[in-house]
Amino acid sequence: MQTQAASRANANLVQSLGVDGRILTMLVVLAVVWTVFQILTLGQPGQFLSPQNLWNLSVQTAVVGIMVGGMVMVIVTRQIDLSVGSILGFSGMIMALIQTVPPLGWGGNWILALLAGLLLGALIGAFQGYWVAYWAVPAFVVTLAGLLIFRNATFIVASGRTIGPLNDNFKVLGGGLNGSIGEFWTWVVGLVVMAYIVYQALTNRSRRIKNGLPVRPVWAEAVVNGILLALTLAFVLVMNAFPYPGTNIPRGMPVPVLITLVVLFALNWVALNTRFGRYVFAIGGNPEAALLAGINVKRILVAVFALMGMLAALAGAVQAARLNFVTNSMGNLLELDVIAAAVIGGTALAGGSGTIVGAALGALLMSSLRSGMVLMGMPTEWQNVVLGAVLLAAVIWNTVYLRNRR
Amino acid sequence: MTPLVEMHNISLRFGGNQALDNVSVNLYPGEVVGLLGHNGAGKSTLIKVLSGAYRADSGQIRVNGQEVQIRTPQDAQAQGIETIYQTLALADNLDAVANVFLGREKVRGVMLDEDIMELEARKTLDRLRVKIPSLRLPVAQMSGGQRQTVAIGRAIYFKARCLIMDEPTAALGPEETQKVHQLIKALKAEGVGIFLISHDLHDVFDLADRITVMKNGRLVGTVYTQDVTHDDVLGMIIGGVMPKNVRPADQPAPRA
Ligand SMILES: Nc1ncnc2c1ncn2[C@@H]1O[C@H](COP(=O)(O)OP(=O)(O)O)[C@@H](O)[C@H]1O
Ligand SMILES: [Mg+2]
Repeated sequence: MQTQAASRANANLVQSLGVDGRILTMLVVLAVVWTVFQILTLGQPGQFLSPQNLWNLSVQTAVVGIMVGGMVMVIVTRQIDLSVGSILGFSGMIMALIQTVPPLGWGGNWILALLAGLLLGALIGAFQGYWVAYWAVPAFVVTLAGLLIFRNATFIVASGRTIGPLNDNFKVLGGGLNGSIGEFWTWVVGLVVMAYIVYQALTNRSRRIKNGLPVRPVWAEAVVNGILLALTLAFVLVMNAFPYPGTNIPRGMPVPVLITLVVLFALNWVALNTRFGRYVFAIGGNPEAALLAGINVKRILVAVFALMGMLAALAGAVQAARLNFVTNSMGNLLELDVIAAAVIGGTALAGGSGTIVGAALGALLMSSLRSGMVLMGMPTEWQNVVLGAVLLAAVIWNTVYLRNRR
Repeated sequence: MTPLVEMHNISLRFGGNQALDNVSVNLYPGEVVGLLGHNGAGKSTLIKVLSGAYRADSGQIRVNGQEVQIRTPQDAQAQGIETIYQTLALADNLDAVANVFLGREKVRGVMLDEDIMELEARKTLDRLRVKIPSLRLPVAQMSGGQRQTVAIGRAIYFKARCLIMDEPTAALGPEETQKVHQLIKALKAEGVGIFLISHDLHDVFDLADRITVMKNGRLVGTVYTQDVTHDDVLGMIIGGVMPKNVRPADQPAPRA
């Protein structure tokens, strides 16, 4: 009796906060994981919550983070993309070739290389999406074929060689020595984000009141936005707390992390605020209803796969820039990390349900677990066992959550 | 008087199954035509041809006497034809507001105008007087009656000239059914033409001016409701035979 009343009170609390319960859970899990790792690594020089480790963690999350929002959209439409690791490798290799191999290879055309790579990724994605949408070939098969084709095309175009070193400007994308935006610009980004949070909260609220629509209680608004502001501030402080070696000049936010945040913000905005985003979810919820509502389901599917391909190519650029050399195994098996991050972040493989924010947190949770286990010196095999168990637990929890909601 | 909608000699085959075989029906402004027949008679298929979900193999559709091509749901909507599907055709993961406006969202620039949509959806659904506490919950979490209300709201929001209702009260209790009856009468008074598909003969006798019966993909015939008894109509549905001595009914019913 008592616990039932308590859980109802909890549910009401979450409801008035107006936040997805699954995202709240993710945040709590992340906080617990970080705390546990901090305690376990307390005795060693590289503690889990040291600025250096958190800074590295952010860079390690970038590649999966760039792709995971696209994967959410793919999975929400009831599809899957197994080829993202191969697209990442192939377009990364093409970008490396364009900027290093004569006649194209003179240092100035790294932008050309980047644009060509992004276009290539988008085209590959659109091509796969075409077979899925217009020929009803299962995405599992189409993208499995893509996985094989582009993994090996990567080997073929470079004749099995490792390509590099890459252009210095291009390498900025990877977050290496010159790949951070510095203390000042990190503050600028942070303050802009904080101003945006406040602006959004105020204008949304006053508009809804003006239109006579229900709003969250003031305290809920304050709590949610207060937490967002605090997280943003903490992020800026951490990014600015890690100096260049042998100096006390802060590095600030790494460029790949900035790219990831921009991508995730844009995808989240599109998913929640545009017709395209609405249709992605409608198709996942009920494809027949989407058709009967006059939605061009096929075109949306092609666009979703093209977007996924382009994001994989962007992640390929970041990965290549970070490694400085592109091997033909770059991005191998990365599709599994991306799918796992999306699923851990609450994306349902049945389609129709998932959030970009949740998936971003899923990616962060995965890389946190990896990073923490590495710090503790756990063997790779055990790391993967733990990650697998976490994936399973997340799927079970997600299933239970969706069932109870019905 | 020209009919609002005329479907002429519509045929449609699914593989080896002749779902529609030369079916002709018509509908005048401000009248209700009841569409009856056994399960599998082809009623839903016929109205899906009109709503742009299926394309007929042959036959013509005329709206206000003009022949039109209805290839997609948008084509039907552009002709003022709105449909409440038997399956409701709701995206269960989306909320009531998103479902009412699905495919026809209000936007400011590229951004969905959620506030306007919520206000308008609220107004429309209030007209149906079925209590829906929150329009912002996924419709999967709603009762059958509430879901049906959302599907009806979706069709009436866009000011249809011709409304197709495929079993609109199947999931409703007696009280909610009564509200839908009132709605049908109100829309009729506004001059909307309504195709009503229902299994309930009482409903149809209560609401329809004419009754069209189908059997095995063929038209049995169309009669004036006032000319026939329940048994006559059952004979049409089960036996596929027209009652004796009834007037041909391809004109609107004379007002009583
Ligand atoms: N999409 C479809 N594909 C194949 N056959 C169909 C399809 N839709 C309906 N049918 C068939 O067409 C016939 C008419 O079905 P329907 O129009 O749903 O009947 P009713 O609505 O009168 O119960 C049935 O035999 C049904 O099995
Ligand atoms: Mg039917």
